Amino acid sequence: MVTIDIDGQKLEAKEEQTILEVARDNGIYIPTLCYHENLVPYGACRLCSVEISKGGRSRIVASCLYPVEEGLEVKTNSPRVVNNRKMIMELLLARCSQNEVIKRLASEMGVEQPPFRPEYWEDEDCILCGLCVRTCEEIVGRSAISLVNRGVNREVAPPFLEPSADCIGCGACAYICPTGAIKMDDKDGTREVYARNWKKEFKLKKCKVCGNYWAPEEQLEYIRKKLNLPADFFDVCPNCK
Amino acid sequence: MLQKLKSKQDLENLRKKIVAKKEEGKPLVTVCNGTGCHASGSVAVIEAFRQEIRREELTDKVAIKATGCHGFCERGPIVVIQPGDIFYQQVKVDDVPQIVGETIIQSNVIDRLLYVDPATGKKYVHPSEVPFYRSQRRIVFGNNGEIAPDNIEDYIALGGYSALAKVLFDKSPEQVIEEVKKSGLRGRGGGGFPAGRKWESCRNAPGEPKYVIANCDEGDPGVYANRSLLEGNPHSVLEGLLIAAYAIGSHEGYIYVRNEYPLAVENATIAIKQAEELGFLGKNILGSGFDFIVHINRGGGAFVCGESTALMASLEGRVGEPRAKYVHTAEKGLWDKPSNLNNVETLANVPLIINKGADWFTAIGTEGSKGTKIFSLVGKVNNTGLVEVPMGMTLREVIYDIGGGIKEGKRFKGVQTGGPSGGVIPESMLDMPVDFDELTKAGSMMGSGGMIVMDEDTCMVDTARYFLTFLEEESCGKCVPCREGIKRMRQILDDITEGKGEESDIELLERISATLKDTSLCALGATAANPVLTTLHYFRDEYEAHIKDKRCPAGVCKALIRYYIIDEKCVGCRLCEKACPVEAITFMGKKKPVILDQSKCIKCGICKDVCKLEAVGVK
Repeated sequence: MVTIDIDGQKLEAKEEQTILEVARDNGIYIPTLCYHENLVPYGACRLCSVEISKGGRSRIVASCLYPVEEGLEVKTNSPRVVNNRKMIMELLLARCSQNEVIKRLASEMGVEQPPFRPEYWEDEDCILCGLCVRTCEEIVGRSAISLVNRGVNREVAPPFLEPSADCIGCGACAYICPTGAIKMDDKDGTREVYARNWKKEFKLKKCKVCGNYWAPEEQLEYIRKKLNLPADFFDVCPNCK
Repeated sequence: MLQKLKSKQDLENLRKKIVAKKEEGKPLVTVCNGTGCHASGSVAVIEAFRQEIRREELTDKVAIKATGCHGFCERGPIVVIQPGDIFYQQVKVDDVPQIVGETIIQSNVIDRLLYVDPATGKKYVHPSEVPFYRSQRRIVFGNNGEIAPDNIEDYIALGGYSALAKVLFDKSPEQVIEEVKKSGLRGRGGGGFPAGRKWESCRNAPGEPKYVIANCDEGDPGVYANRSLLEGNPHSVLEGLLIAAYAIGSHEGYIYVRNEYPLAVENATIAIKQAEELGFLGKNILGSGFDFIVHINRGGGAFVCGESTALMASLEGRVGEPRAKYVHTAEKGLWDKPSNLNNVETLANVPLIINKGADWFTAIGTEGSKGTKIFSLVGKVNNTGLVEVPMGMTLREVIYDIGGGIKEGKRFKGVQTGGPSGGVIPESMLDMPVDFDELTKAGSMMGSGGMIVMDEDTCMVDTARYFLTFLEEESCGKCVPCREGIKRMRQILDDITEGKGEESDIELLERISATLKDTSLCALGATAANPVLTTLHYFRDEYEAHIKDKRCPAGVCKALIRYYIIDEKCVGCRLCEKACPVEAITFMGKKKPVILDQSKCIKCGICKDVCKLEAVGVK
């Protein structure tokens, strides 16, 4: 165990923990967009930046990645942190100027408008946090989508923007997406998982008992094979079982 | 097939044999075949020498050697003739019969092929006298001119691999690290981290296996020092890597070289094969019991892959994107194993330090930066090329004494050091000694040793915009500040150069810069604001002229300038009329000034370039 100081509070922490984990364990709020406790920290949004000091020198680090160490002093709300966080939010708002989630988060930080000329404001929903890509890889185990291209041309996409053969329609990407950039609709026995630049349709399985459509056939087949279940295992939905 | 060397003595015997063979004193034609000379036609010149020597039936009596870069790229192709150490420059295929007939056969110097100092009109016969070379200290790069990169014997003749033998048989790994630490050698790839300390933390890090990697992913515009080293003297890099491996306790290494450097890839591949044949690589090297293998990995050309963690991701076969370095790559690097990454120039220094000792090395350079540094001296300077100087030489010496001053007698304005994320240093700081710490203090950096010289006709806002455009394209896009911040800064600079700047823009540029510096995931983003911050610091009046007066003082930004005919100088020669691509110039009769139609003018500046009477002005 080590002892660290966050905003003046002395806190006990395990050595392998990150600053963000220790803060969350102790109810200290640090905003994040690309972090999820079930995924490997990624460090892309930089919203969780905090100021640390050691031996009189201070610097800004991403709290989701920085491992704690004995005697570490952390400030989550110093003027330097607040200014940086504000600029990051301004940059994100300029990219996603119409997105309600980003607008609300920006507003909470006192940012009502991007400081750039309005003709440069963009209307994106995706902030490229990579949560969807990492969920698909780390949790679902499919890697149906990935981050393609570099820099300002970066986007989340299935290979060649075609419906991905690896996508099983589980919708985990839509569920995890913090800004609603990936969506999922079920209608008339069909599921659509889609973003602005790609889409895939899935046939939903009909329950033999209640007749309700309840999950994509490809997803059920993936699970059935993975767990080595009998061929008719998913013929009946969980509600009717 | 070369005979495998099984001991230190075997190596020494081989060296003596090669040297004895060389001392027989055949005339030797050395042709530079580095990147610069290659581009100016050295391959044809080499072929012409071969043919001419065959025609004169001298094939057995005269040797021809195609070497790596000699550095003086401005004057390529470069040919040096032995005996006599005669230096010919800008040699063309047509010059070859005369060189063979007069210089090789009759030992006469051909006057017209000698280098003439444009400043003094003086001619020089020997390379060591040429002002470009005179003030240099070419400890790392000098051997390029002596070595055919595809011939390991040339390297061995100069004492090659003796440093490896020395460490394998006479020094413990700890002693090697101690020697490198004592030498004060700092990383030449950009960061300037002490190499010895890096090796030590990698050696002490828990975990096996350990990896050593040579970084030849040099990707800055105008920079080609690493390329020329790996092309011209690949064994020096390989020997440095081997010594690092021995010191760290690594048995497997990589040379990461960008695929746009085909000659470097080829020469490194040949070098590895020859080193394997002679027993410098593989099992039980020179009979010492030490094993080491090395692979070449060709990079796809992303600038960011020069960054250590992105490079390692790329080596692993993943997308070349950086990760946070809160846990250093010395502890968790390639495949999460302790890994040591050094730049090729850093590694090429290592055999010298081992052979000549740390004290020899520390005698060169400044307090905090020891040894020499190779700079890619390019831009508006008379002698472009690769120059190696002791750390601490002033910018003025590099640019004026070695570089021969500014092209066309124009005035120096600034020099961008350290590549695209370095900074522009102004005229008032020309007497600054160049080393890691001084450059950082000036807001720039050593980076990979780029020096882009700019003259009075360079607009500093436009320069900052250019570098940001490069970085915007090369940002991997993973983290928000770098991906979004650079783009916004570039848009603001676009606006300023187009006359749409507002007074609040400068403050906004500074705010974005601060966040880039503080919060970016890797050094690409953290240093990306340097070109803007330094130009804002040293040339703020130029930004203000663009924003407040809608004026580009250097006459570069098209939206803010206007070409005009100076009537009293124009004689109606029609040169500009013929050159103008949009027929904006009208001939009014002989000895009468032409008329330039502003509504048609696209501000390409060709009229000004072609006018011999300086009768076209720009404001």
